[in-house]
Amino acid sequence: MTKHGQYIAYTTIVRKEVTRVLRIWPQTLFPPVITQTLYFLIFGKFIGAQIRDIHGVSYMSFIIPGLVMMAVINNSFMNVVSSFFSSKFQRSIEELLVSSTSNKIIIAGYVTGGVVRGIIVGFLVFLVSIFFTRPQIHHLGIIFPFVFLTAVVFALGGLLNAIFAKKFDDISIFPTFILTPMIYLGGVFYSIDNLPPFWQMISKFNPVLYMVNGFRYGFHGFSDVNVLASFMILVVFAAVLTAVNLVLLARGTGLKT
Amino acid sequence: MNSISIQNLTKTYAGGTEALKGVNLEVASGDFCALLGANGAGKTTIIGILTGLVNKTSGSVRIFDYDIDQNHSKAKKVIGVVPQEMNFNIFERVEDIVVNQAGYFGIDRTTAFAEAEKNLKQLRLWDRRHEIARNLSGGMKRRLMIARALVNKPKLLILDEPTAGVDVELRHSMWEFLGELNGQGVTILLTTHYLEEVEQLCRQAAIIKDGQIIANDRVKNLVKLVAKETYIVHVDEIRSLEKIRGYNPVVIDENTFEVELSKEERLNEFIAYLSQLGMMVTDFRPKGNRIEKLFLNILNSKTEAGIGA
Ligand SMILES: Nc1ncnc2c1ncn2[C@@H]1O[C@H](COP(=O)(O)OP(=O)(O)O)[C@@H](O)[C@H]1O
Ligand SMILES: [Mg+2]
Repeated sequence: MTKHGQYIAYTTIVRKEVTRVLRIWPQTLFPPVITQTLYFLIFGKFIGAQIRDIHGVSYMSFIIPGLVMMAVINNSFMNVVSSFFSSKFQRSIEELLVSSTSNKIIIAGYVTGGVVRGIIVGFLVFLVSIFFTRPQIHHLGIIFPFVFLTAVVFALGGLLNAIFAKKFDDISIFPTFILTPMIYLGGVFYSIDNLPPFWQMISKFNPVLYMVNGFRYGFHGFSDVNVLASFMILVVFAAVLTAVNLVLLARGTGLKT
Repeated sequence: MNSISIQNLTKTYAGGTEALKGVNLEVASGDFCALLGANGAGKTTIIGILTGLVNKTSGSVRIFDYDIDQNHSKAKKVIGVVPQEMNFNIFERVEDIVVNQAGYFGIDRTTAFAEAEKNLKQLRLWDRRHEIARNLSGGMKRRLMIARALVNKPKLLILDEPTAGVDVELRHSMWEFLGELNGQGVTILLTTHYLEEVEQLCRQAAIIKDGQIIANDRVKNLVKLVAKETYIVHVDEIRSLEKIRGYNPVVIDENTFEVELSKEERLNEFIAYLSQLGMMVTDFRPKGNRIEKLFLNILNSKTEAGIGA
């Protein structure tokens, strides 16, 4: 197919994905905003009042970037895993497989859908945070690439999960047993400076730590880890996941018999 | 040129089922070809390989000029496929299903909407275009899949049991529609297990059994193999059977017997003849499955010719 044709195929997938997110907003946009608002209330306001400042910012301010990032991660992942898996389940994925859309475009289209939902939810959560505390922004040039790349990485992760999933249970195993612990232990609620050395070392194997801290650097100007290194880690993850997905689609893993 | 050339195609599924055991099949461009076979014969598997849903195990497949190993994307561009089972998102709107499929073929939205309008009108779904697909009846869903399959103006249209479970009226209008498409130059391959459908529609038929093509011939040659059909006749009382000896009567019980009639022999005349002989016909129906008979006859004729079956 021509470049222009591939572009049309891409916009077709993206339009369908974004329409889906907006059409079922009570499932896709509303619940995560409520959940994050509860975190603001309970951790930020009720408990946070008794916690001393971290690197000179209030606990409420400290957790905002982490909670935004958590929303981005969950929603970009969930969007792709549930949309792609349900099209496998309903077999409407065959519409793409019998067409001349390339695998690259299939990946790009679904990932864009996930990124759009992740960023919409992230932005809504950020808006809610304004009700609790005055936002600080240190460096927009850091915030945007971090939020974008994080959404890309987890959208790609969602696709990988959906490719292997055979039943609906399989799309909740990874989020429950891997993703959620990774997020909670990824420095959303604390600085790893406060952990014993052993746990600090363990934490450094958690990619979410780098995302949250890079992102937080964009808001507050401090980070537990090197920001450039964090950025490179994201780039490497995105590249590796893209390659793995491409290979799996070419083989037809989980899609063709 | 052939629109489809399949050579030594095999497929063994992950579980070990050998669905195709060396299939060879050619369909000339512009032809209307049937792939006729019982359930589990391998029809859907062949279609899956042609359309990119099933990975072949070995063999080669060309669609027009394109080998699917090298150029499947180009091959897919000229194929439209109507699958055996529903495979659209039932929560999407009818028109969106067609327009999005066009998008996946790289067709711009203006053209896609125009094409969708034409196809949906032709398939009498235009009034329902804003509804979600779930609200359509079974027959409408089938027509929707045809409208979707035509959106890229395919040169080769493949339909997998399009008339299975479809009422008589729709079946006939579908036949008519497919006939027109073929008249416009679209090559059609359809799978079916209705011999009647093949006789009505197709010039060519390949017969598949257990993953192998056992016959591939003009339809008129194939139906000669089932020129005679067996009927079951119920009468008030069986009389003077010797007068119908030529029809090979076989008595089943005191009111019932079987006869063999060839296609040329008029059923009405035969019934009238029975009443002349003093037998009142109370019921009259074809016995069993012509397709089974066709299979048997093909296999028998091959064994007789020493080809083996
Ligand atoms: N996905 C699959 N996995 C394993 N076996 C399959 C699969 N699909 C079809 N088969 C088997 O392959 C054979 C051919 O099936 P199929 O091509 O669907 O036949 P048909 O369409 O002629 O009814 C059957 O024995 C069937 O059970
Ligand atoms: Mg089948």
